[in-house]
Amino acid sequence: MEKATEQAKTPLMRLKGINMVFKKPGALFADKNIHVLKDIDLEIGEKEIVALVGESGCGKTTLGKIITGLYRPTSGEVYFEGERVSGTFDKKISSYNQVQFIQQDSYAALNPVRTIYQSLYAPIKTHNRKWSRARIDERIEELMGLIGLLPSAQFLSKYPHQLSGGQRQRILMARAISLEPKLIVADEPVSMIDVSLRLSLLNLMKELNEKLDMSFVYISHDLSTTRYIAHSGRVAVMYLGEIVEVGKIGDVIASPRHPYTRALLQAVPIPDPDFKGNDELPLKSMQLGSLENRGEGCSFFDRCLYADDACRKKFGPVKTETAEVLCCGLDRVPTAPVFEKIIQTEENS
Amino acid sequence: MQTNRDNIAVFSHVSIDYPLKKYTLRAVTDITFELKRGAITALVGESGSGKTTLASSLIRCISEPGRVAEGEITFYGKDGEERLDLLPDPKMRAFRWSKVSMVFQAAQSALNPVLTVREQFTETLEAHGEKLSKEEREAKFSDLLGYVKLDAERVLASYPHELSGGMKQRVMIAFALLLDPELIILDEPTTALDVITQNYIFTLLKQINREKGISMLLMTHDISVVAKFADYVGVMYGGRLMEYGDVRTVFHRRRHPYTAGLIGATPSIIGDISEMKPIEGSPPDLLHLPKGCIFAPRCPRCSDVCLTEEPPMREYGDGSKGKCYFFGEADDGKGN
Amino acid sequence: MNRTTTIRSGAAAAGRFFRELGCSLARGCRKFFSNTKTIVGFSIIVFFILVAVFGPLIFPYDPSTDMANAYLMPSWEHPFGTDWLGRDVFRQVIAGTGSVLEVAFYSAVFTVVIGTVLGIVSGYLGGWVDKVIMAVTNIFLSIPSFPIYLLLAAIVTINTPVSLAVIISIWSWAGLCRAVRVQIMSLKERDFIQICTVMHMSKAHIIFKELLPNVFSYVAINFVMAMRNAIMASVGIMLVGLAAYDPTNWGAIINAARTKGLMNVKNIYILLYPLVCIIIFQISTLLLANGLDETLNPRLKVM
Repeated sequence: MEKATEQAKTPLMRLKGINMVFKKPGALFADKNIHVLKDIDLEIGEKEIVALVGESGCGKTTLGKIITGLYRPTSGEVYFEGERVSGTFDKKISSYNQVQFIQQDSYAALNPVRTIYQSLYAPIKTHNRKWSRARIDERIEELMGLIGLLPSAQFLSKYPHQLSGGQRQRILMARAISLEPKLIVADEPVSMIDVSLRLSLLNLMKELNEKLDMSFVYISHDLSTTRYIAHSGRVAVMYLGEIVEVGKIGDVIASPRHPYTRALLQAVPIPDPDFKGNDELPLKSMQLGSLENRGEGCSFFDRCLYADDACRKKFGPVKTETAEVLCCGLDRVPTAPVFEKIIQTEENS
Repeated sequence: MQTNRDNIAVFSHVSIDYPLKKYTLRAVTDITFELKRGAITALVGESGSGKTTLASSLIRCISEPGRVAEGEITFYGKDGEERLDLLPDPKMRAFRWSKVSMVFQAAQSALNPVLTVREQFTETLEAHGEKLSKEEREAKFSDLLGYVKLDAERVLASYPHELSGGMKQRVMIAFALLLDPELIILDEPTTALDVITQNYIFTLLKQINREKGISMLLMTHDISVVAKFADYVGVMYGGRLMEYGDVRTVFHRRRHPYTAGLIGATPSIIGDISEMKPIEGSPPDLLHLPKGCIFAPRCPRCSDVCLTEEPPMREYGDGSKGKCYFFGEADDGKGN
Repeated sequence: MNRTTTIRSGAAAAGRFFRELGCSLARGCRKFFSNTKTIVGFSIIVFFILVAVFGPLIFPYDPSTDMANAYLMPSWEHPFGTDWLGRDVFRQVIAGTGSVLEVAFYSAVFTVVIGTVLGIVSGYLGGWVDKVIMAVTNIFLSIPSFPIYLLLAAIVTINTPVSLAVIISIWSWAGLCRAVRVQIMSLKERDFIQICTVMHMSKAHIIFKELLPNVFSYVAINFVMAMRNAIMASVGIMLVGLAAYDPTNWGAIINAARTKGLMNVKNIYILLYPLVCIIIFQISTLLLANGLDETLNPRLKVM
């Protein structure tokens, strides 16, 4: 924890006013602007796990790709260790190699016609030109040990389709940590993995976070696994390209403030047949808003039970005791917790 | 006829084979269980556990070249009982959708992309020889779509790609209700959807189940969904039914080590997450099944006998049963 | 783990890797020959190659005229009979095999190399490079090839198999280029290429190590198809007498017989033999291409 307070002034990564607009070709000159991300501000500290949660289409993957440098935001600034890096493909910014990416579909993320060994070897060789083959083999062996796939020879000579989903996902992790990044963005890393294997992968990520001092951005739509992996970290709840609530995950679950967070939490199924939840969600409509040509006001307006005319104007995030909430009518939103009883886990830090 | 009143369908020692070029793959092995009339039964299992294959056998939709190799599947409908595994193909076509319909995982690919919703509904009605006037038909469509809370006029004229994921899945549900079936099979109906839509769909399905009395068979890998939605649950692993019982007994007693492992490996948003344990090892390879109990290599309670002989299915008396030598032995009433 | 054991196990991994590589090659061969069409097509082509290489040694062709033996019917001495100048047709056809195959091979190589390289570059780099390459491709696709062959042949003298192959491939790479480009464009959106971008891999690595192997099977099938097209085109060009460098080429034989006049049934006999050879060769390439398609495509689908 000491280190974290020391570094508090310059977070590992800082996103400031990120906007992402895609142009969708419409009929004859009438191009539509798809506003996928709107005014995103986010900081990721060293060794921190930050979770991005939200429903499909909320822009969480796009934000992840901006963090990894795959996309360049339409406007806004990205800082890595205090240095501005928005021209992400610029070769000069070597620090950008410090951010790696783990994708959802482990099969698509590995070249189907190259062996695991080839897929692991190439990036190490590219960034360590002087390393001999033996030196790289040694490094690969070390990585395979870290992700728990031993004896490694059994896996290295295989093609991706010859491994199981869980094993492939581990290989993705090995590849991501092979360049010793400071930050790893993991986009739904366990959603396509069998239930019985999910937990061990989450544990592995936790372990890498602690052992190798890597920060993680965990992108998911599943709040339960998010709570498990980031139970001492922060969560940013996204809705239609905006971060509507960000805070420590324990606090957000215990006392959600944004109306959308409240609905989202209430919808999460609890693995207990005796749990009596309210099936009626606090929402006005099921219809997701549109990303096209967005106005100034609240994007949640059409679905919010507590909205009034004030919400049609532009407003910024509000700081509460525990979180930062993007809502202009917080005094109208109930403060009662969604769950009566939550078993809190002690933070092991 | 006791079973007639209680059960809508009964699987009796059903095995399903996939004869491949060089070998035969047994996807489902010796499964006996019943679907309670008017209840929601869930089949929970990981990929490759055979749950989809088993459920598809009800309407003979097993993907090629799978076939029921052994056992009996009996359906107890309003018009008497029917041996589904013996039903000739033309009769099966008439039976499918009118008695048992299905909501697929990928609504996208289940709906014909070049037909509007109205055309698709009409086509299905006609294929099953329903003679309705245009007005009656329209009334039925808007009634059904209204039931799943969709704007009938707009949706009927739409093509599938014009609808959102949640809307498509609701159209699928309305489509499944089209011929007033007695049983609906739900194959991972919300996997591709977010939690809010998932919650909404399940609330809707539960309402259909309670109001119309339609029995449901839900296949899922998500144990939390089972807890929230189902009345009975069958736990499948490697093509075998490991445990069956009513949801509360199965969840609270945690009598089978696999079930206990699954529940213990599913993080909850409100529960204790400090003592979560993954199930060690990996799911079985159906071509190289271990001798004895197929869960033994991953089982924390495994003993010598488990490694040599496959345990039989044991009834537990309270309507639940399980496939384990120690089934319920460590049961202290609260789970372990 | 101490250093020596790590190195040893690393070496073991490498050794194992090469052994597995050998195994996968063997597996590839077994897979290649698991398809009947592939076997039949491949064997016929191998047969033609053997004929082209060893045929002229066993049955050398004597181009001198022997009017006394003109228009002989097939016999043991002259299995295909003789032509109007008394030359052995069987030996002519054998002598022409090499010439036909040469053109087919060179042309297929040029077509596949130009088409694949331009397709990959165009699809991967995008932007103005893509626009320029696509514009050129479209020009080549929209101009009918045969009149251009006639035009080109009138300007330059086609006197070697290579020059004939070049002229044929100029008009055949465009289709392949477009197809490869489309495949590359979808491949480059795939996760494993995105990861390469995140990891700052070089463009050369992405193109040659990541993308190329993925279109390799497609290119292999197209190589066979390009051979087929080249034979069609070369025979056509020979047939109209535009590339008269080799009178034994099947196309040239047909052309000579044709100019002698098809009213004479005996000339039709002569024309028949090279024609049948062409048909058999074309069928074998089609079989091979179909066979390859069947063995390679299931994997493409999984991808």
